[in-house]
Amino acid sequence: MAEVTYLEALRQGLREEMRRDERVFILGEDVGRYGGAFKVTEGFFEEFGEARVIDTPISEAAIVGAAAGAAHLGMRPVAEMQFIDFISCAYDMLTNYVATARYRANLACPLVVRGPCGGYVRGGPFHSQNPEAAFLHTPGLKIVCPATARDAKGLIKAAIRDDDPVLYFEHKYLYRRIKEQLPEDGDLVTPIGRARLALEGTDLSIITYSAMVWKALEAAQVLEKEDGLHAEVLDLRTLLPMDDAAILETVKKTNRVMIVHEDTRTGGVAGEIAARINESAFEWLDAPVLRVTAADTPLPYAPTLEDFVLPQTADIVSVARKLAAY
Amino acid sequence: MTARPAAAGRKAVAGIPAGLGRAQLLELYYFMRLTRSLEERLANLYRQGKVIGGLFRSLGQEADSVGSAFALDRSAGDMLSPLIRNLGSLLVMGALPVDVLRQYMAKATSPTRGRELNVHFGDLERGFIGQISHLGDMLPVMAGITLTFQLRGERRVGLVYVGDGAMSTGAFHEGMNLAAVRRLPLVVVAENNGYSYSTTLERQTAVPQLVLKARAYGVRGERADGNDVLAVYDVTRRAVDRARAGEGVTLIELVTYRRKGHAEHDDQRYVPKDELARWERNDPIDRFVRQLTDSGWADAGELEAADARVAGELDAAVQAAQGEPLPEPASALEGVYVEPPRQAAPWQREVTRG
Repeated sequence: MAEVTYLEALRQGLREEMRRDERVFILGEDVGRYGGAFKVTEGFFEEFGEARVIDTPISEAAIVGAAAGAAHLGMRPVAEMQFIDFISCAYDMLTNYVATARYRANLACPLVVRGPCGGYVRGGPFHSQNPEAAFLHTPGLKIVCPATARDAKGLIKAAIRDDDPVLYFEHKYLYRRIKEQLPEDGDLVTPIGRARLALEGTDLSIITYSAMVWKALEAAQVLEKEDGLHAEVLDLRTLLPMDDAAILETVKKTNRVMIVHEDTRTGGVAGEIAARINESAFEWLDAPVLRVTAADTPLPYAPTLEDFVLPQTADIVSVARKLAAY
Repeated sequence: MTARPAAAGRKAVAGIPAGLGRAQLLELYYFMRLTRSLEERLANLYRQGKVIGGLFRSLGQEADSVGSAFALDRSAGDMLSPLIRNLGSLLVMGALPVDVLRQYMAKATSPTRGRELNVHFGDLERGFIGQISHLGDMLPVMAGITLTFQLRGERRVGLVYVGDGAMSTGAFHEGMNLAAVRRLPLVVVAENNGYSYSTTLERQTAVPQLVLKARAYGVRGERADGNDVLAVYDVTRRAVDRARAGEGVTLIELVTYRRKGHAEHDDQRYVPKDELARWERNDPIDRFVRQLTDSGWADAGELEAADARVAGELDAAVQAAQGEPLPEPASALEGVYVEPPRQAAPWQREVTRG
């Protein structure tokens, strides 16, 4: 076992897949000799050469489109968005071309688009986004959002091996802040479509993903210490396809559910989860499904503003208390 | 360069330009005729209400599709991606007329099983990838196809069609630039047919010739008469050879004309009548027939035989496609992913039960 950061775990996963399968290659902006803006691909250029770690022009649509073309011919491209905010420049390519390829043309499109998402880093409106909701209603895509180092590694490996296109949203706040003991050998793969129980509890359920898993766990500690409440925390890990069985199980167990995400509220992932619970487990609820999310604003830069807009541990605690008292 | 046969070449087969032989000239003629006749059959079916969606014609543009696709080497695994007026290129690559009919009539047996329309279908084995409606998007995709050829060290070439309209999109620019930077084995055929829907070239771009854009991308530019099939073949063939030799991208502007509206419903009221008449006199099939017969490269009997072959094949194809069923409704849910979702949504079960 060795202690690795979330970022190193991601790097290990990528490197192992590139060693395992010569069809895997990386393309993106500054990913080659420079090793990527966050150094995710540091050392790859030296190990795998220019042909497998390709620096591209600043052209997200072309990066994704070229990845799609390569994927049709049996390659396993991993496209990096330097910041995930720029995935919107490839929105057409992803939603119209990539996501529909199998359905309309029986064309395999096994590609991964990955990049750093998320706030709490004073990145301002264009280096902090969480774009998952924009893609959640696009049939044909898969979306994964690792919260732990283990899943950062396990999900990138699963994403690369998946025969369908996968969006892999890595949270930049977690890159170097969380560490975990991971086995040094063996094939660590996290199955896509399966949630993980991050904390067992009996009184209420917090359904969440990505960096908010850590805030939910902090809130659970507070709730236990100050209120004697045992919160369950479900880390979805994959948003598309969603693990309905795991969601249903925690709803039936605690009967009180809240959903926490960092993305803005209106049209967010929480709304979809609440609707599914409503359709499948209405009789099991003792309280309305509540949400903790960012406010409906672009993400501002100043610390006072960003902290006000983004969900904080105290927000989760206060909504959990409301939920428990309902 | 010119592909117009010199008078001296009247008898000698050696006089055929661009290294082509008599059999290939007859093939070019066959594919141009097949394209036109297939669209005429489709127009009949459209008027009978048997075509489900719109019908897009390439009348007057057959030479540019057929001549350019003919320059690829199918046995080498070359690939192309068409646009809506490149039916001819698909037929050259081996697409079956019956499949085109099935596509237009939304049959269960169509290559896309009724999911997509018209010539929006592909066949990796035959070497073509179906377009989507978002113009310019196939440029990045074909950059990825040819990038793969390059990475694997394969001597294969890709060809992608764009129009005067598609060249205004961001995707075109990004794909073109990426292909140019990496010197990918890609031939970009820009069909200048004068109109994108109702918008004229002057409203689409401020440059008088599309080929001028080649310079800005640092790629070779060529311009040819798109209604002269031999000129089209020759200019494309040279670009394909350069691409195969590792010399990178060529942007070819083929000057042609869209003689029908954007789709069959469009009455072209925005088109000056004398302009249409002028281009009718410049019909690419008529021109080629004159070239073939005047030069002695083909005789009337051979051309009639080709026409008869086309008619027979299309009779059979229309006959076959017409009776075929539409897709089963619930088949709409299949094939979004390799593996279906673990749990079907409640409403989805209702559908499959019904």
